[in-house]
Amino acid sequence: MSEAALACALLALDPEGLKGAVIRGQADAFLAHLRQLAQRKLHRVPPHIGVDRLTGSLDIAATLKSGMPVFDTGLLVGGDGVLLLTSAERLSPDKAALIAAAMDGGAAFTVIAHDEGIDDERAPPVLVERVAFLLEVKTYEPLDIGIASARALLAHVSIPDRITEGLCQTALALGLASIRPAIMALRAARAIAALDGRREVDDDDAGLAARLILAPRAVTFPAPAEEETDQPAPQDAPEPGEDDSAPTPRDLADRLLDAVKAALPPGLLAALEKNLRQPGSKAGAGAVSQKAGSKRGRPVGTRPGEPKNGARLALIDTLRAAAPWQPIRRRASAIRTGVLVETSDFRIRRFKEKRETTAIFAVDASGSAALHRMAEAKGAVELLLADCYVRRDRAALIAFRGTQAELLLPPTRSLQRARKSLADLPGGGGTPLAAGIEQSLLVASQVSRSGGVPLVVFLTDGKANIARDGTAGRDLAMRDAEAAARALRLAGVRALMIDLSGTRPGPARKLAEAMGADYLPLPHADAARISASVNAAMKT
Amino acid sequence: MSLRYPFSAISGQDELLQALLLTAVDPLIGGLLAFGDRGTGKSTAVRALAALLPEIRANPCAYHCDPDSPSAQCDACRKADTHKPRKMPIPVVDLPLGATEDRVLGSLNLERALSHGEKSFEPGLLAQANRGYLYIDEVNLLEDHIVDLLLDVAASGENVVEREGLSVRHPARIVLVGSGNPEEGELRPQLLDRFGLSVEVRTPTEVAAWVEIVKRRDAFERDPEGFTAQWARQEDQTRRRIVKARKALNGVEVPDSELERAATLCIHLKTDGLRGQLTLMRAARALAAFEGARRVTGDHLKRMAAPSLRHRLRRNPLDETGSTARITRAVTEVFGA
Repeated sequence: MSEAALACALLALDPEGLKGAVIRGQADAFLAHLRQLAQRKLHRVPPHIGVDRLTGSLDIAATLKSGMPVFDTGLLVGGDGVLLLTSAERLSPDKAALIAAAMDGGAAFTVIAHDEGIDDERAPPVLVERVAFLLEVKTYEPLDIGIASARALLAHVSIPDRITEGLCQTALALGLASIRPAIMALRAARAIAALDGRREVDDDDAGLAARLILAPRAVTFPAPAEEETDQPAPQDAPEPGEDDSAPTPRDLADRLLDAVKAALPPGLLAALEKNLRQPGSKAGAGAVSQKAGSKRGRPVGTRPGEPKNGARLALIDTLRAAAPWQPIRRRASAIRTGVLVETSDFRIRRFKEKRETTAIFAVDASGSAALHRMAEAKGAVELLLADCYVRRDRAALIAFRGTQAELLLPPTRSLQRARKSLADLPGGGGTPLAAGIEQSLLVASQVSRSGGVPLVVFLTDGKANIARDGTAGRDLAMRDAEAAARALRLAGVRALMIDLSGTRPGPARKLAEAMGADYLPLPHADAARISASVNAAMKT
Repeated sequence: MSLRYPFSAISGQDELLQALLLTAVDPLIGGLLAFGDRGTGKSTAVRALAALLPEIRANPCAYHCDPDSPSAQCDACRKADTHKPRKMPIPVVDLPLGATEDRVLGSLNLERALSHGEKSFEPGLLAQANRGYLYIDEVNLLEDHIVDLLLDVAASGENVVEREGLSVRHPARIVLVGSGNPEEGELRPQLLDRFGLSVEVRTPTEVAAWVEIVKRRDAFERDPEGFTAQWARQEDQTRRRIVKARKALNGVEVPDSELERAATLCIHLKTDGLRGQLTLMRAARALAAFEGARRVTGDHLKRMAAPSLRHRLRRNPLDETGSTARITRAVTEVFGA
């Protein structure tokens, strides 16, 4: 029996408890079957759907025509039936949040998110969290099954406590942080029993539910059984007078785990770990750096269009557009007074967001080669600023040497200021790489807060020898540097590592990987080449 | 509207629940930030609070002004001679992530402008949330310009709209409640500081706790009416306790010696600004009132230190020690074990 077909039947049976599914692959047959089983209407929700179609709003065209306010009910308001989110991976976080809030509020619809993303693209996490099933459907064979009798039975199915405990233990063993899947697994187990025509959930039902709902969300591989026996026994395990034949929740959990393990495709965990290591790059930083189009920024005129989805009506321009038509319109409708405005007159404001890039140079000013290196870095900054003047981008320079990093040039657009601040540059001493990375992160986050896009350019050989606390020592220094590099990556800052050492692959390459930076070996870096590479990075 | 999960039935999130209750006892504490994983009951708790809190008396205007406090009324209420107050539940308003400025602040009422040619103000979410809670899920993903606007209003208690030829000001005394997952984005320090309390919400790690949560949730979903009825007595008790604590709040004494210790603690932790100490004092007083004590003691301060201060410490991206651990250490040094 295919898992997808079972999931479909369960969704039709208990839509309130199981909420929906995320489907990768073929969704059509699944949907057709679901509609046939559940007898519910289908609403399509494409990613570009307007927020007002979801929440409902004033229908301006109809309002003007009738002279009375006419409201559009949103899909989420009266919503029942099946909401099909097509290309769910492209649904923006704000719309996903609205749908999620409606689901939390006890809306009666079933959400089917069709995730057509490739590689790292995923359906919005708020929705993945709230639906029961995460399915990968290649071919779909409908299950020949009636749910009418199961539906009558569903309310009467009971769950033994040990099964509840077993499912909870399994969820914990799989490293789930959220409790929602455990709750849904319980509901699914009950629905499975009802489908089977039984009034009590048994171990196999629980195993199936764990496989369907808990397995796809596993974040840690279940520890091997030998280790588990070493752990302190759960509070409920050794009770006197316990019947030997009755399986304890612990046994059950082990068996459920086995069921889950069998369902885990090889390579899945590696993929999960990769997801974990790149937190928030999609949902978090992306949401913030997204351009809002016609909603914010500097106004740049108006264009025809409807004031929907947060677009703002330009009142004066709308009236101006309506003015020439007044005599004709008044003749056509003699009754109404006031200005006669029609949909075609609407003008909405356009905004343009300023997104400037700031290149933050973090230069290793340590050791003997410092003077030469700093001179080239300074040259690169100046070249860049000369070019930036046209593009309105900015540059900053941080030097790290001795025991600390110093912001020599705060983000600026001024070539003059750069020349002045960088007139005499310090050099020599140890390499406090961690301090340098940390300082760049600080400057980068300031830049992104003020609406800019930071790009950190490191010029170093990557051979750290001063730790964060200022003590000398290669090992500790490298560890600190790597930790700082990871923090940079976590913050989602773009970086470019220009490796000045002749040896490859050197420590600089390792650091570049830790911070998710583009890596560029330039052992004999000169100002022109550095500037050219940074320029190329800024334009992409 | 469908029934809400009862507040008292939420288990395993004691710190969050207590912090929420204290903001209900003294709204001046200034809101709450709940950071943690998804699916740990943050949203459930905030939404349950609305049903728990006692009803308020309100004028029938768009801002449900308080009939008993003329200074915090809108212009219309101040001008009106008689009010016909009605009872309503405390508003808990959701601010969705994608909300536009218009929606939050309020804007020109298009419908009236177009169909009647009148210039009138259509109140936004801030008006709806006046005297209640504004809940922002995933507050760390909120766009900066909306955040700035909220900060402004939360600090002044008033919403001033000057746009599209409108000039409106109306009361907006709101308690901000934000939640989010810190892995998906940090919050700006300025915004962090404006939240009175902050709690870290974690998933329980014991099976027993999970089982309890799952069972209760399941029971609620199967029979909402029955489940709610079963918890009604406890909800009533908590409600009465809040009402009592509110009355007692002004009578709770805060001895100078305790204030000094609170100050020592804040200096020790190098918190930015005075807001931390003020919040600590208010939170400890609210806690004392809630627990029926007549004066704030070191114990109250100790217990409120972490939620009042943990988001106000200067952070160091490389320091692995969490804020909570740093506070615990400082508390031990200042107050003794």
